[in-house]
Amino acid sequence: MSRGISHAHSIVEPGPMSRRVAGFVVVLYAIVALVPLAWIFLTSIKTPPDSISYPPKVIFDPSLEGYCNLFTTRSRQTPEYLATLPPASSLCERIARDRNMVFVGPSNYAPRFLNSLIIAFGSTALSVLLGTAAAYGFSRFKVPLADDLLFFILSTRMMPPIAVAIPIFLMYRELGLSDTKLGMILLYTAVNVSLAVWLLKGFIDEIPREYEEAAMIDGYTRLQAFFRVVLPQATTGIVATAIFCLIFAWNEYAFAVLLTSGEAQTAPPFIPTIIGEGGQDWPAVAAGTTLFLVPILVFTVLLRKQLLRGITFGAVRK
Amino acid sequence: MSDVAKSTLIERAAGATPAPVVQVVRGLSDRAIAWLFISPTIVLLLAINIFPLIWTIKLSFTNFRANRPNAEVKNIGIDHFRSILTDPDVWAAMQATAHFVFWTILIQTVLGFALAYLLDRRFRGHGFWTTVILIPMMLSPAVVGNFWAFLYQPQIGLFNYVISFFTGIEPSSFEMIGSVKLAPWAIVLVDTWMWTPYVMLICLAGLRSIPEYIYEAAEVDRASKWRQFWTITLPMALPFIMLAVLFRGIENFKMFDLVNLLTNGGPGSTTEVASITLKREAFEKWRTGYSSAFAIILFVTVFGLANIYVKALNKVKSR
Repeated sequence: MSRGISHAHSIVEPGPMSRRVAGFVVVLYAIVALVPLAWIFLTSIKTPPDSISYPPKVIFDPSLEGYCNLFTTRSRQTPEYLATLPPASSLCERIARDRNMVFVGPSNYAPRFLNSLIIAFGSTALSVLLGTAAAYGFSRFKVPLADDLLFFILSTRMMPPIAVAIPIFLMYRELGLSDTKLGMILLYTAVNVSLAVWLLKGFIDEIPREYEEAAMIDGYTRLQAFFRVVLPQATTGIVATAIFCLIFAWNEYAFAVLLTSGEAQTAPPFIPTIIGEGGQDWPAVAAGTTLFLVPILVFTVLLRKQLLRGITFGAVRK
Repeated sequence: MSDVAKSTLIERAAGATPAPVVQVVRGLSDRAIAWLFISPTIVLLLAINIFPLIWTIKLSFTNFRANRPNAEVKNIGIDHFRSILTDPDVWAAMQATAHFVFWTILIQTVLGFALAYLLDRRFRGHGFWTTVILIPMMLSPAVVGNFWAFLYQPQIGLFNYVISFFTGIEPSSFEMIGSVKLAPWAIVLVDTWMWTPYVMLICLAGLRSIPEYIYEAAEVDRASKWRQFWTITLPMALPFIMLAVLFRGIENFKMFDLVNLLTNGGPGSTTEVASITLKREAFEKWRTGYSSAFAIILFVTVFGLANIYVKALNKVKSR
């Protein structure tokens, strides 16, 4: 990766001018690329009329209406009826009253978000568990037809999700797994485990066998050596793999929209269905999008080193 | 914590086991452990990937419809395959897919490589800006794609407004996702926005893998920067660029989420890429047998193209 220590005084060091130009162009690209994201956030703190004004408003009075609407369902009432109600008890209720609305109940966003959390973390844990075990098996033991098995594991990723979804749909219907969290966890694990095995095999291949052999001479069993010697060494690889699995499972849409409808529906198929009176309630959609993106943004920033390593490493190996 | 508990358990078990048995367990253990470790993954993949695939193949020769489970299932041979390959709608979908794959890959490769090359100048703060550029590719294509539909709205959408600001064209005079001419480019643009960072990262890994001494030697030989780029940088980064093209190609061939939410194949069937056609046949018209046959054709196409490509890639690598 690095070009070594000689870099600092190298004769091929880019000049200050070329550096400055490069920096300028890259920063310009980054800022332009961030505009849509900034717009999502800005829309989430607009009122519905502000969000669809022409020309688009850059300066406006921020409002929490989008977030309030995201978590509640409301119905329109006559002003006479509203006058008979006790005063609004919360900020969100006051906003709703101003629009001649009353709360009917909570929306489905919170349960869908929770489903996303359970399914993403559940399948990530399972993929990493299975992936680490299988990667260790392939890395350290002579497995008959190992290359064929590894290729088979990887080729399962080439199938279009919709193509897989047809038989999975039929199979889950028979097994009673349709629209269940367990069914989605197993499905995402099956998709992720192929990548997990490939990435982790690379990381484990890099750990010298001598470490375990020394431990086993000291009286450890193979399993003890695996848990006490190999696992701690493979932590970086496991973290990198886990982030990948998590991002995939968190963002997945095709399977979720085709195989879930209620009980196990995750946030991605739900967010586009948020509607208000007369079309999509864009501030609520933007609020739902913002809240959904925040965990991944935090992950990206906190774990960028492992992430970069995982992406480039996976690419180089495959 | 748990591995400590486990190992003490193992130790206790080991202590209580008579010596000959220990010998046996140790002797067998490697092989047993190998299978113990590998088989759960294989079983899961067989159950959720291979078994369904075989089922799809079986269904593709029948007239089965998933919304009529009690109707009689007849074996109709290769009729579906024949009608798919002669269906002009299917060819239109393949053309839409080809347009999408070709242009996204071309633009993303040029842009991604250019960004990687610039980032490799290692200006101040390049690490931070790498992370910033990565953000779009980490996000859910469905959730973000849905929002792009809002950005593309004529008049109220930001996109048209920005275009009008820079070009003077009336913002309401064009519709990105409503017009037959622009809709294919609308999806190319969003995909490019999302996935250029991915190509960039792989290219960056390629650029950083080029050893410094080659450039030093070129400097000593007084090769111009321009010549160095064409004779060192590009050829040595080429395997990486080709890898990025392979990954994006496979992904975009099966593209579903972004297009489904942005245009849903419209207007008409202008942006109806293969996955959207498949969804319509399988989950709207419920022609399960027909769509299974189509799924197999798609899978064989991806698999075949990818294999040919990998052969070419290996040739480039071994040069």
